[in-house]
Amino acid sequence: MPSADTFLGQLLRSPRALFGLAVLAVVVLCAIFADALMPYDTEEMDFDRLLEATSAAHLLGTDQLGRDTLSRLILGSQVAMQVSCGAVGIGVAIGIPLGLVSAMRGGWIDDIIMRVMDAIVVFPSLLVAVALAAALGNSLGTVILAIGIANVPWLARITRGQALSLRELDFVAAAEVAGTTRLRVMQRHILPNSLAPLIVQTTLGMGYAVLTEAALGFIGVGVQPPTPTWGTMLQQAFPLLERQPMLSIVPGVAIFILVLAFNLLGDALRDLLDPRLRGLASARAAT
Amino acid sequence: MRRYILRRLLQFVPSLLLITFIVFALMHAVPGDPARMMLGAGESLDEAQLASIRREYSLDKPLPVQYVLWLGRAVSGDLGRSTTTQRKVADEIGLRAVVTFELGLFAWLISAAISIPAGIASAVYRGRAPDIVGTALAVGAVAMPGFWFGIMLILLFGVRLGWLPTQGYIAIATDPLDALRHMLLPALALGITSAALVMRQMRSALLEVLALDYIRTARAKGLAQRAVVLGHALRNAMLPVITVMGLEIGRIFAGAVVIETLFGIPGMGRLMVQAVFQRDFTVVQGGVLVMAIAVLAVNFVTDLLYAVLDPRIRYDA
Repeated sequence: MPSADTFLGQLLRSPRALFGLAVLAVVVLCAIFADALMPYDTEEMDFDRLLEATSAAHLLGTDQLGRDTLSRLILGSQVAMQVSCGAVGIGVAIGIPLGLVSAMRGGWIDDIIMRVMDAIVVFPSLLVAVALAAALGNSLGTVILAIGIANVPWLARITRGQALSLRELDFVAAAEVAGTTRLRVMQRHILPNSLAPLIVQTTLGMGYAVLTEAALGFIGVGVQPPTPTWGTMLQQAFPLLERQPMLSIVPGVAIFILVLAFNLLGDALRDLLDPRLRGLASARAAT
Repeated sequence: MRRYILRRLLQFVPSLLLITFIVFALMHAVPGDPARMMLGAGESLDEAQLASIRREYSLDKPLPVQYVLWLGRAVSGDLGRSTTTQRKVADEIGLRAVVTFELGLFAWLISAAISIPAGIASAVYRGRAPDIVGTALAVGAVAMPGFWFGIMLILLFGVRLGWLPTQGYIAIATDPLDALRHMLLPALALGITSAALVMRQMRSALLEVLALDYIRTARAKGLAQRAVVLGHALRNAMLPVITVMGLEIGRIFAGAVVIETLFGIPGMGRLMVQAVFQRDFTVVQGGVLVMAIAVLAVNFVTDLLYAVLDPRIRYDA
């Protein structure tokens, strides 16, 4: 990793990273302080104001039951953050150790792990989620698990690739010659130096998780009501598209902005971290 | 070359087996008695009936034996019966797969028709207006849920302008023109994300090739820009694009699950979503199996195609 202050400084000079971080900060704050920020209770019904467009009382309008869209949007940010962090967390917790073991042990262990990863890649996360929903029922946990499983092979492949190339480098060989245990080599040398592409991948994975959750919510296989999520808000709004399009536009824009933030931040991180990777490749060629 | 194909084919078989195993394991991860599950929700749970189901589907045998038996039946085209309609799952999927295939193919073609010209224009006019607009649109399209784009299309072309139908499916054999009218919006919604990703790949691949020496030679010869790009550069730049386009077929299949629900198209995706609500696990299992195998097969063909097109690939590797 480049030293902390120059890295952060460079990151903050990139407009894309700045946009991404600013949006993420807002969404995280919304999720944490939802109760304080919501102008209304999400289930509070105002029967005098059904399916309203924007007004002073309801900035983003109301739904068919007179519930405040802005409040539901703010509470929905909680599920968005839970799903993106949870799913990527599962991918990291399983994928990275598998990738490390695969690279360090090699042989038939490597073969088996990588074949299984290849097989899992074939199942798109949406499909896994549909299958798990049928097997285990629809819930937040099922959604996180399904998207998390789909993240595992990507993170395992990247970790393995990084570990394999790092293993060839002199400083790792030196550590091994000096009698450092394999576990310690992984902890001290391989993992910290593999972080750059993993950080990029997890950032992009979080955006993808938000998209998948929304799709699952929309087809009704995701998190169940009454918990508002951006996906289920779209599902409930769709039959009312002709009467109040605002209801369908608002949650979609929220999803779009959050995913855009993750993607732009990921792109900026890649640009920033890549020169070091290229240096690594040339160092490897020289040895 | 023949040896390379044979090697890949040999790798294909274990992957296929693994996939069937994952799908089988998924069914047995379900808490509760699989025999009761096969009866379907709300049916009488007569012990004799359960016993006969256990015998019929070998549920009384050890799991590895069950797997082999299930695999044998699946290979011969028997995916069990739907617990809600009692129809054969394989027949049902066969009917629906045609619809999903039509939709997917159309979406894929639309995606190619948008992304390849857009990617070429973006690379040729690098840093100028077409590139900036194209790249911005692509970045936006990747961040947008495809189904939400579909909702916006329905709002604009269906509700506001009334130009196109927004629900239902017409078989292409019945009325080709009407079928296309019904398919246009769903295919656009389904293909938009892929179009953006393929466009970015096309742009970067073409830029890379345009920087090579042989292109400079072609230009020095006095060839027109059009001849250089279309005649010389595009051929080599298409290689990575073809790989991405192949891999995108998987995304398109999966996306059909949502798009079919949105547009009321009776394809495999909608079948599976309905089956989830009816707790019809045999249908879900069959659908997941068929889709996963389809994705695997497409990836395999893409791999082979890439090897055929790129003479630099080492066949013995």
